[in-house]
Amino acid sequence: MDSYGISSLALVLLPLLSFIILAVAGKHFSPKISALIGTSSIVISALLAFYIAGGYFFEFGNISGAFTKQIIMQFNWLQFTNDLSINLGIVLDPLSVMMLVVITTISAMVHIYSINYMQGEEYFERYYSYLSLFTFSMLGLVVSVNIFQMYIFWELVGASSFLLIGFYFTKPSAIAAAKKAFIVTRFADLGFLIGILMLSAGAKSLDFFTIIERLTTPGSAYLANFSGSFIGMSALSWTLLLVFIGGAGKSAMFPFHIWLPDAMEGPTPVSALIHAATMVVAGVFLVGRLFPVFAISAPDALMIIGYTGAFTALFAAIIACTQTDIKRVLAYSTISQIAYMMFALGVAGWGADKSEGFTASMFHLFTHAFFKALLFLGAGAIIHAVGSNELKNMGGLRKSLPITHITFLIACLAISSIPPFAGFFSKEAILSSAMHSNPMIYYVGLFTGGLTAFYMFRLYFRIFWFKKPEVHAHNHEVHTWFMNVPLILLAIGSVVAGLIPFGHFVSANGEPLELSIHLGSVVLPVLVALTGIATAYLYFARESFRPEQSVARFRLFYNWAINKFYIDEIYLFITKKVLFNLIGRPIAWVDKEIINGAINGTARLSMKTSEMIKPVQSGRTQTYAMFFMGGALVLAAILIFKFV
Amino acid sequence: MIPLSHILIVSSALFFLGVYGFFARRNLITILMSVELILNSANINFIAFNKYLYPDKLDGVFFTLFIITIAAAEVSLALAIIINLYRRYNTIDIEDTKEMKF
Repeated sequence: MDSYGISSLALVLLPLLSFIILAVAGKHFSPKISALIGTSSIVISALLAFYIAGGYFFEFGNISGAFTKQIIMQFNWLQFTNDLSINLGIVLDPLSVMMLVVITTISAMVHIYSINYMQGEEYFERYYSYLSLFTFSMLGLVVSVNIFQMYIFWELVGASSFLLIGFYFTKPSAIAAAKKAFIVTRFADLGFLIGILMLSAGAKSLDFFTIIERLTTPGSAYLANFSGSFIGMSALSWTLLLVFIGGAGKSAMFPFHIWLPDAMEGPTPVSALIHAATMVVAGVFLVGRLFPVFAISAPDALMIIGYTGAFTALFAAIIACTQTDIKRVLAYSTISQIAYMMFALGVAGWGADKSEGFTASMFHLFTHAFFKALLFLGAGAIIHAVGSNELKNMGGLRKSLPITHITFLIACLAISSIPPFAGFFSKEAILSSAMHSNPMIYYVGLFTGGLTAFYMFRLYFRIFWFKKPEVHAHNHEVHTWFMNVPLILLAIGSVVAGLIPFGHFVSANGEPLELSIHLGSVVLPVLVALTGIATAYLYFARESFRPEQSVARFRLFYNWAINKFYIDEIYLFITKKVLFNLIGRPIAWVDKEIINGAINGTARLSMKTSEMIKPVQSGRTQTYAMFFMGGALVLAAILIFKFV
Repeated sequence: MIPLSHILIVSSALFFLGVYGFFARRNLITILMSVELILNSANINFIAFNKYLYPDKLDGVFFTLFIITIAAAEVSLALAIIINLYRRYNTIDIEDTKEMKF
């Protein structure tokens, strides 16, 4: 193993080491030491990630003009049959290297930020150990060589996000949110598991690259295993859709999006880590990993992903416009942006001219990580200063939070895809790929872009303008440099991340792809975004009657949107009313009345009997002797009459 | 020579005297003595059958010797129990020791 191999192994295992140290001995460390252990391990991981990325993209990854996968290490963990085995290993390819950089960078920022944000929390070292565990699971997920290895880490991500969301475990709402996140994603993972089993049954392998190779060769014997069809789609499409359901659960696609807004109950840096850059893009990553199979052998499944993504993008953006909790607005904006990545994958196809959507999706994943983490961390700084999540308690904060103000503005511009910020390049690539293959999705994306700009700037104006700042505004940022530095670094990332020639590094088949930007196709999205910003300015730059007026005009629709289109209520109705009444209660009745009754009846019967025959044991020795004597006489009589 | 049946009548009488004593008396010592009577009636039977049916063998005699030994051991054990009983309850009346029940 060369130095890159060792460093990639260390990169993955360092957070695990930090988790183990903090989990075992964290109680004995002071908060400073705990933070130092957690933060230094992840910072080293991040540096290693950059080192590996440099090595992969500029030294050993590029073989004869295309980036190829490099399996750094793998060992056989569980052998089922000759073909079928679960291997654990580390693979480096453009996708995983890009994810390693994103995850470790954002995680390092969050670790540093938390030093100030979580200061004085009771379970400080536990918080850091959870963060390390989460980072480890996420890193393990992206370097997986085997779909089952990915599934293991996938569940580990679910479990550690459960711990992080429920970190304030004395708050009932946090516990409920943690449970909701875990159950909803777990429910979706069932689809993923069935998909894995079907995939391995057909392709006779669990190895990602073997599966891809076997299922993309036209006319291969393995493809014939999927020759059956059901409701107009091939068995392979159904299999891949089941896998996608797992991805939809983690990536909060409709109708599995309900867990993400509630998950904002966790500490804000956790939201930045889980719900901006890592866990929620796991679904996108999964589809990206299996992209050749989708694109070559099951384009109809990909089309469904595209429509799901487009619908979710619009749906979440509409809800985001009405929410008043700043973290919830960001949560819905995350759902919407992840949906952008999904439909970008959905509109892509195989081949140099069609796979632009794949690169665009990964590009958006990359840039989104920076500005969304920045938005969440900024929101954390605001909440830290104001002490509330609600918009109505904010306004005019630009004097007391100058660094947050500027960085938040940069992030808003980036997410609204205003040139030359990062979001512009990636969203532009997504829209141009959608325009070429599916105009309907393109227009949905375009309109959603306008909504995105509107709700982000609604947030921005509402927080930092709206009211006049207090005259002697107290600067909240003087003592929180561990919070300010990540904000500034991420802001720099949000500006420059888009300038990377991303298509040269990450593409569907490894060959460099030019993401061209045509002036003609740029104008419309930017104009739409500017319209959104202008509307937000008119409505929220200072206190005005306009918001109420518009709300009154669209009263019905507004009520729908502010109640999240009653999706939660529908879920509650289905689970509580339908499932519990039709299945739960009858089963409970059978359990209570029949099974429990039978057991209790047996117990009661034996008790009654024993009460009845109890007096025989009187404790009088001579009575006992009498019984004994009687028995002996009877025995004697039997013996005499039988044998004499 | 005395016929076998006479000896058997004596031993039966002894046996049922012992059984009667066991059931009817309340003093533990007397009950113990009744048990001895039962054992000795069995001894007589052994000796008698040995003498009248198999005069050239000694099996019955050995059994009797064993039973006497065991009876001695049993008596010492029973007396020890009775002494302990007396120390705790201050009585050796069997009607007063009715605690071994449900």
